Amino acid sequence: MAATFELEVATPEKLVIQATCIEAQIPGAEGELGILPGHAALLSSLTSGVLRYKAKDGRDEVLAIHGGWVEVQPTLVRVLTDAAENPDAIDKARAEESLKRAQSRLANVVENVDFARALNALKRAQVRVEVAKK
Amino acid sequence: MPSLIDIRRRVRSVKNTQQITKAMKMVAAAKLRRAQERVISARPYATMLEQMLASVSGAARGDDKASELPLLAVRPEKRVQLILVTADRGLAGGFNTNLIKAAQRFLAEHQGQEIVIEAVGRKGRDFFAKRAKLSGEHIGLVNKVAKLTYAETQAVTQRVTERYINGEIDAVYLIYNEFKSVISQKLTETKLLPIEMKSEGGEESPKDYIYEQSPDVLLGTLLPKYIENSVYRAILESIAAEQAARMTAMDAASTNAADVIEKLTLYMNRVRQASITKEIIEVVSGAAALE
Repeated sequence: MAATFELEVATPEKLVIQATCIEAQIPGAEGELGILPGHAALLSSLTSGVLRYKAKDGRDEVLAIHGGWVEVQPTLVRVLTDAAENPDAIDKARAEESLKRAQSRLANVVENVDFARALNALKRAQVRVEVAKK
Repeated sequence: MPSLIDIRRRVRSVKNTQQITKAMKMVAAAKLRRAQERVISARPYATMLEQMLASVSGAARGDDKASELPLLAVRPEKRVQLILVTADRGLAGGFNTNLIKAAQRFLAEHQGQEIVIEAVGRKGRDFFAKRAKLSGEHIGLVNKVAKLTYAETQAVTQRVTERYINGEIDAVYLIYNEFKSVISQKLTETKLLPIEMKSEGGEESPKDYIYEQSPDVLLGTLLPKYIENSVYRAILESIAAEQAARMTAMDAASTNAADVIEKLTLYMNRVRQASITKEIIEVVSGAAALE
């Protein structure tokens, strides 16, 4: 049997995922983190992105997550995030629409637009659309 | 002596009241169950966050940049912020009264300091609107019960932390009812800001983590989340406690109503019997007079 680790994804509202995994890819703030069992202990903050993991039975799963932190231990990976969404939970049409909105807002930047916020919204929308395609 | 009809009317009215209290009890019980689920499902995140905070703050200890974080700044407490979480509605026994009493005690204890209250819940707002200085009010939040979202509670925290960072307030306290069990709530007063770091002993030394960001940067992002989460959980706890208090109060009211109905029925029967007896005596004495 292949080595595994426990993956836990929690939002303030609830524990979203608790699964035994073979590998996971987590959108770290400094770049994508690929995690295999036995990874060295690590702490990092996260960005909006797609979290992918391969469950014990070989299923590939994806999840949109928005910000937060990850704590990695050799047999345990804990993701704390503000929001986590399953592909099923995302309304694809709405996600695409908000992506367009975010793009147009950034395309014609006016003085009073909070640039960081708009950029954030764009990033979120991109992630949603990407996950919804799965 | 009240007439039979009067008593019967009263019995009917008490029965109506009982029906209402019974219904309210059922509603509170259903809401309580959902509120309890929310409290429980919020736990994993909170424990993980606390653990993470403990290891990061352990690693950041002694770091000058970390101790300069605005949320850790300790100032003499001249202006104090109180976040008071009450219910929006009454009919929950001593739930709101106890909170308000505790808040008044708090005000008395901190005399000489400038205190502003951020009121979550209508009851606290109404009471302190004229008696103290309010910095803000959040009504309708606790009434959402299970539909309350995390983002909605963020608004409460955001304003308070902003003021703290700007130096408008020097300390933040939180008063709310903690959900202990269905029959008991625990009135809780905690200090939210400045954050007091638990000085982790040497026994459970922080694990050697690889830090992608430096500990002080991580700490800087973790602390606001920690505060947000504390407030969020306090509000959830308060919601569960409110429903539990209401359920208990309404249960007691239904029992009381049953007692009253029983007493009134007994009295009504006595009155009826007395009038029958009187009539018999009249008939018998009338017949005797004819002989």
